[in-house]
Amino acid sequence: MYPDRDFDTERELPANEPDLSSDLELDILLRAMAAGDKFLFEVARHAIHSGLVAPADIAYRQQVLADAIAQPGVIRDLYDVALAAVTAEKKILGWIFRDSPDTILHRTHQVLRIYVDVFHRLRDIADAGAASFRSDGFTRFFAMIATELNDDYFAEMEAHLSELTFRRGALISAGLGKGLKGTGYVLRRHPEQAWRDRIPGMSRSGYSFVIPERDETGMRTLSDLTSRGVNGTANALAQSADHIKDFFQMLRAELGFYLSCLNLRDQLIAKGEPVCFPDPADLVTGGAEQARLSARGLYDACLSLSIDTSPIGNDVDADGRQLIMITGANQGGKSTFLRSVGLAQLMMQAGMFVAAESFTASVSAGIFTHFKREEDATMEKGKLDEELARMSTITSQIRPGCLLLCNESFAATNEREGSEIARQVIRALTEAGIRIVFVTHMYDLAGPYYAEHEPGTLFLRAERQPDGHRTFRLLPGEPLPTSYGEDLYREVFGAADRAATG
Amino acid sequence: MTTTTVPFRSILFDRPSDAVERADPAVFTDLNLDQVFAAVTAGRDEYDLMPFFGAPLHDVQAVQYRHQILRDMEDEALSGALAEFAGHMREMRKYLEQSAKLRYRYQKESWFLDAARIYGQSVRALADALIAINPSSRGFIAFREYLAAYAGSPTFTGLAADIERVTDALAAVRYCITIRGSRVKVTRYEGEEDYGEQVQRTFAKFAQRAVKDYRARFRNLPDMNHVEARILDLVARLYPDVFSALDEFCARHASYLDETIRVFDREVQFYAAYLAFIAPMKKAGLKFCYPDVSAESKQISVHDCFDLALAAKLGSKAAAMVRNEFYLTGGERIFVVTGPNQGGKTTFARTFGQLHYLASLGYPVPAREAALFLPDRVFTHFEREEDLATLRGKFADELVRIRDVLDQASERSVVVMNESFASTTLQDAARVGERVLDRMTRLGLVGVYVTFVDELASISDACVSMVATVVPDNPAERTFKLVRKPADGLAYAAAIAGKYGLTYRQLKDRLNQVTP
Repeated sequence: MYPDRDFDTERELPANEPDLSSDLELDILLRAMAAGDKFLFEVARHAIHSGLVAPADIAYRQQVLADAIAQPGVIRDLYDVALAAVTAEKKILGWIFRDSPDTILHRTHQVLRIYVDVFHRLRDIADAGAASFRSDGFTRFFAMIATELNDDYFAEMEAHLSELTFRRGALISAGLGKGLKGTGYVLRRHPEQAWRDRIPGMSRSGYSFVIPERDETGMRTLSDLTSRGVNGTANALAQSADHIKDFFQMLRAELGFYLSCLNLRDQLIAKGEPVCFPDPADLVTGGAEQARLSARGLYDACLSLSIDTSPIGNDVDADGRQLIMITGANQGGKSTFLRSVGLAQLMMQAGMFVAAESFTASVSAGIFTHFKREEDATMEKGKLDEELARMSTITSQIRPGCLLLCNESFAATNEREGSEIARQVIRALTEAGIRIVFVTHMYDLAGPYYAEHEPGTLFLRAERQPDGHRTFRLLPGEPLPTSYGEDLYREVFGAADRAATG
Repeated sequence: MTTTTVPFRSILFDRPSDAVERADPAVFTDLNLDQVFAAVTAGRDEYDLMPFFGAPLHDVQAVQYRHQILRDMEDEALSGALAEFAGHMREMRKYLEQSAKLRYRYQKESWFLDAARIYGQSVRALADALIAINPSSRGFIAFREYLAAYAGSPTFTGLAADIERVTDALAAVRYCITIRGSRVKVTRYEGEEDYGEQVQRTFAKFAQRAVKDYRARFRNLPDMNHVEARILDLVARLYPDVFSALDEFCARHASYLDETIRVFDREVQFYAAYLAFIAPMKKAGLKFCYPDVSAESKQISVHDCFDLALAAKLGSKAAAMVRNEFYLTGGERIFVVTGPNQGGKTTFARTFGQLHYLASLGYPVPAREAALFLPDRVFTHFEREEDLATLRGKFADELVRIRDVLDQASERSVVVMNESFASTTLQDAARVGERVLDRMTRLGLVGVYVTFVDELASISDACVSMVATVVPDNPAERTFKLVRKPADGLAYAAAIAGKYGLTYRQLKDRLNQVTP
């Protein structure tokens, strides 16, 4: 996932995650990626929300994903191996939290035995498949398997597993503690047997005794001493097992991400939709000139996943623009376009392919959405209050270089007021180096902007053919004082009604 | 060091002759000193301090000896060092008890060795601390010299060297046990490698983050069972020199504890306990002082005094307590206290007695400033429950007790009489009171006489009238403040009437309104 660190699926999601999810309908995307697997769903969710900012990091992941696309079978095998290891523990019956060191030792021994087998499988996959992988990520991974899991290492692990059955008895060292009670019990490794050890009476000098059969207290004491002795070793072993489990969990999560990408790609490809690896450009935190956003055939992947037909793709060329103002016909594809931009940006920064024929964009420091909402169910606040509160929250989280997607923001009040609020927000945020895509039907807002000929602003308009038919395509165009609501009215109520109202 | 020091004997008594016990439990109960002493000694039962409270001092020099020591101990460095020493000695005694309780020889010997080690360390630490702190009281200077000499003596240095040698030898013992089924083999440890470390090394490459600690914790009881003892015996056979050195140590140093130090450890608690007891009260703002004591002058004078037992009971609320002052000049000898019930008369009488008794113990007293008479004895006479065993009436019983007091009291005594003769008629009480006061006056002793008979307050020049007062605004609330003024039994009645609008003037006004 990263050239230099691990993928953290425990990390907290960003504060705006719920808004993003609902505004961009991310669950549809994530469900497609998960293909019914809860774990994959979570992995994809974390990946989508912990976007990369360096184009080089994005490229690293794109290469790995390209490898995965080329060798899907190997990826699935590796994933299964990791999964087998992660679930190994559950096969050992009666794994309980508080246990005596003996029990911990015994159970961990069994778990490690499974891990060693899994390591063998991993090594076999690596030996067979390594040559066909090109990306830095996979090359490094397979090289690591080859060097770290070499034959000597397998021998070392086997030696431990066999010795920890204590065929020669538990050798425990101790010192004298308070009141000369034994203290500092440590399990020791039996020294290699020298020739003299094998001759009776010549072994190391010492004194022996045997606990009589009936002496239960005595036997209990021996078991207690053994427990104290193996305590440290049992701990080391159990912790090692935890570490190995961590390793496999990490492997599973990382592979899980690529697996989920394969799942999504399979579905889009099956529908004949185009996908492409995007071309990320450097983060821009101020000024419009360096900002990049251009696409061919950009469509909303979530929309595609939820309808049978293929959605209309849009071309957009907004390089050098900091503000995109979208106006035009109701139900003309404005919201869909807005979502497709947000999704593509998120997917690009997760290192994924995007739903377009081509896509180039500056990476963003974070994506925020401010979409018109249904009436607040709790009815605590008025609609405008609610909108303003949300914007206030966003403002406290947003930073230069972020991307803000606004959908009919501040339309909850009359057009003049809403426009004025929006204007001030837009001005403040753009001056702070934040890029904004603003969908609005408010002519009062969009019109004056157009009149000013601000070069950093791109105006798109939902296309409406002269007959009132919508193409769901956005084209550059000046804002118009009407959003063709009348067209829509006509469509819904039919021509008959027109006479009645007209 | 100083050259003028006298040999150290006791941190409590300047001269051995000062230590005379005279238990007088009735006085403790009457003055509520039993409560005070119980609180002072709480948690210090092992020192058996009660006998010291029963041995008041009669010599000004002996009192000053204690004052000096207590002033030294107000230095936190010294009290801290003493507390640490006490803690160590206490621990040492626990070790000795444990040693006595255990069954197996080597275990007994080991606990004994540890006890001796704690002793050695605490003696050296205290000796060093006393040199660094440089106390100024005669008692501590003498003790410091004693301790320095003892710590440098061959007895002590030999003990310390033996402790170190045997302890180090035991600590160096390393052995191995091999457990295989029911078979146990005990050998010397010969550098075998730690298996846990090896396991860790093997799997270190996977370690990425801190994981759960799986180590079990074991209960460690001090005693051993027969298997552990068996193993220990075998270890002793593997290291015979070490264990015979332990045997020898215990034989040679069976009575290592120095008697003077043992006694000091107990006696110094007499001070530490009281200082610890009054510390929270001082922190709450109550003032204590070292009284100016005299065995001759009866010109006593006390400012801002309070009942110590009451203060201890009130805890954090004690700061709001009413404080009193009193003095005697010229031929004045006896305070005759009158006033409303619950007005603080008894509290005053108790405080008076407490001040004198505590002063004779050499303690700081609960007052801001105090000049007190050092009595030969403090006597009390408080109202008692009827004693059926005496088969006398209450009045008669009281008279008998008063006679006993007056028979024993001398001109150097302090007598506190509280509310006597309430069980007889006013006239009887007045007459008998007159007689008793007359005898007290003639003896020339110093005392308090609490009574409801106003006339007694002005019976002679030797008597000083003290009156319990009430708050002017709210007469129902007593202030517990006693003032030096003639007895006026009507003052309280007038006040309480005022509260209910029943004074003359009030009634007049009210009546005027009703009938114009």
